[in-house]
Amino acid sequence: MNEIPVSWYLLLSAFLFACGVTGFLIKRNVITIFMSIELMLNGVNLSFIAFATRLGTLDGHIFVFFVMVVAAAEAAVGLAIIISVYRTRETLNVDRVNLLKL
Amino acid sequence: MKLFFWQPWLIPILPLAGALMNGLFGKRFTKPVVAAIALFSTGASFLVACVHAYTLVHSGAAALETPYGTWIRAGAFSADYGIYLDHLSLVMMLVVTGVGFLIHVYSVAYMEHEGGYYRFFSYLNFFMFFMLTLVLANNYLLMFVGWEGVGLASYLLIGFFFLKDSAANAGKKAFITNRVGDFGFLIALFLLIQHFGTLRYATVFDIASHFPVESGAGILTAIGLLMLVGACGKSAQIPLYVWLPDAMEGPTPVSALIHAATMVTAGVYMVCRSNPIFSRAPIALLAVAIVGTLTSFFAATIGITQTDIKRVLAYSTVSQLGYMFMAAGVAAYSASIFHLMTHAFFKALLFLGAGSVIHGIGGEQDMRKMGGLRKSMPWTFWTMLIATLAISGIPPFAGFFSKDEILWQAFSSPHGSKIFWAVGVITAFMTSFYMFRLLFLTFTGEYRGAEPAAHAAHHDHGHHAPHESPWLMLAPLVLLGVLSVIGGWVGIGNRFQNFLAPVIQQVSTEQNVVNNSEASTLPAGEGTGEGKGLETLLTGVSVLVAFSGFGLAWLLYVKRPELPAKIATASGGLYKLVLNKYWIDELYSAAIIGPLVACSRVVLWQSVDQKLIDGTVNECAVAARDVSQIIRQQQSGLVRSYAGWIAAGAAAVVAYMVWMGTR
Repeated sequence: MNEIPVSWYLLLSAFLFACGVTGFLIKRNVITIFMSIELMLNGVNLSFIAFATRLGTLDGHIFVFFVMVVAAAEAAVGLAIIISVYRTRETLNVDRVNLLKL
Repeated sequence: MKLFFWQPWLIPILPLAGALMNGLFGKRFTKPVVAAIALFSTGASFLVACVHAYTLVHSGAAALETPYGTWIRAGAFSADYGIYLDHLSLVMMLVVTGVGFLIHVYSVAYMEHEGGYYRFFSYLNFFMFFMLTLVLANNYLLMFVGWEGVGLASYLLIGFFFLKDSAANAGKKAFITNRVGDFGFLIALFLLIQHFGTLRYATVFDIASHFPVESGAGILTAIGLLMLVGACGKSAQIPLYVWLPDAMEGPTPVSALIHAATMVTAGVYMVCRSNPIFSRAPIALLAVAIVGTLTSFFAATIGITQTDIKRVLAYSTVSQLGYMFMAAGVAAYSASIFHLMTHAFFKALLFLGAGSVIHGIGGEQDMRKMGGLRKSMPWTFWTMLIATLAISGIPPFAGFFSKDEILWQAFSSPHGSKIFWAVGVITAFMTSFYMFRLLFLTFTGEYRGAEPAAHAAHHDHGHHAPHESPWLMLAPLVLLGVLSVIGGWVGIGNRFQNFLAPVIQQVSTEQNVVNNSEASTLPAGEGTGEGKGLETLLTGVSVLVAFSGFGLAWLLYVKRPELPAKIATASGGLYKLVLNKYWIDELYSAAIIGPLVACSRVVLWQSVDQKLIDGTVNECAVAARDVSQIIRQQQSGLVRSYAGWIAAGAAAVVAYMVWMGTR
């Protein structure tokens, strides 16, 4: 069998996660940050799946489903918040959403 | 035959009930109801006291002790509620309730026009309760409760006219000065607990009786000296006498009851009660005698120059208390108590008479504005005359017997000395002089007060014209007058001494310090013809000085009234010194009160309170703020910086794990 080694999956997963982190850190637009988070989550999902397939267990799959459900819920709530923020402050720049700052 | 009203606890509790009734509900009662409650409670207390006095005397027992249960129990130590009735507390109890009742009667009329009628009687009954607790207690701790209670009552009554600044301050002065004395008393009690394990009289005296007479300074001397400090505070002796003259700010019946007849004698009572301790501590005894002698002389000199009628009497009280201390100090305890009793009669009478005068001329207390009052208030004059004769020691009035007894004991007692006697005689001369000066200035000559006619225009019935007081005030005067005459007769033939003999513990003569005077002077006085002759001679001397004091006063204030002013100018500085009471108040305020206030202000308030305590609290807050100011920077509000920290943290964790894995 000429399988693809797990390390490749993991490298891809790490790459995706690093992309997410980088995007999260350098972007100011809330939507982009949000997408970065999704990227990080899916990077992690890839690691779960890779290990689950390799070990032949279902645990990783279940985790992935959980993460997807949470991500979906988060997307619904997060987008609602983003729309609400945009309506009141007319901006999507996170640095200007600082009403609670001293 | 144990009927309810026979219970001895009724004696102190009745006045307490009266005090509570008047104190809690008196505002709604009319004046007659208030007066009736106060009079009933004290009168009934007096009757119960009489019943018990009769029972005790006829039972022939030395003492009747009635315990009512344990009050405090702490380890091996315990203190009871209990009543201890022996011949000493019997005399005190009868004086307190009897004179107290008469003064209550007097107050009913005297306080008629003053505000706070119910408050006054509530306090007065309150005082009676604590005074009787003090006298009847069966242990020192309960006595201390009464001791503090009468101090409180005294404070309340001195400051009765509390809107007047001087009265409020006098109250505080009395209270604070007494604290100094109480401190000594309390330490004496601690020493008793430590060395005797109990405060119950009977046990303490029993244990003390096994002690030898101390030749040096031992534990009994320490206890005695500390008790003397306490007695000095309560009984206004040097150096703590300063509060008593100021206490005259209180209403006159209060001065008569608390600051002449009863409370101020508590110190004398305490010393006499503790005679088993004092008799075995010659140094403490000597200290008592010296303090008493000095005080009696010192206060008498001040009394000569005062012009406020009540202040003359106040200094006279201090002086007479000094006599009692002198007697106690030469171990003549029964002479001391004898003088305490007669003094209660005639000094209460003098104060009440002074109150009657003040009442009669509309509140004036300056003797220079009195004079010629004999015509307008004859009853007051005659009773005051009796009291003056009594205090001056002119036979056959009460003061003669007690004072003569004290002087004789001072001379002849083994603890006595001729110096005590000589100072006592000089003091007796001065006493006679200033008392007749008071009498002459007040009652003879011309009226020097404000013209009654001028005031009659303003007051429809001419209230300021000197007038005699109502019969309700005169009746106690007359009764006390009778007592001032006959009160001393109980001392004839050593009868009073023999009566008190069971109370005075005999000290064994095996020690080199000789026997207690009660035993040793009886043979000396009665037995040998020489002793008898000497006693008669000394009696003659004291009567002579009494008459010469009267003569001098008559010469200066009746015959040639212009002389006193001339003498005053001639003696210049000395007169000024005495007139200003030796500047003792000023001295105390400069030496003690001033530094104390300054220390409190600069050290305690400005340094300790403001700088140390406030400073610590403020610095803590400032430090917290400053640290927060630095840490606050982390919470920038920038989401990306938080994310950066999270990423950095995660990276650090991963790096750590990798590093750990490769090791």
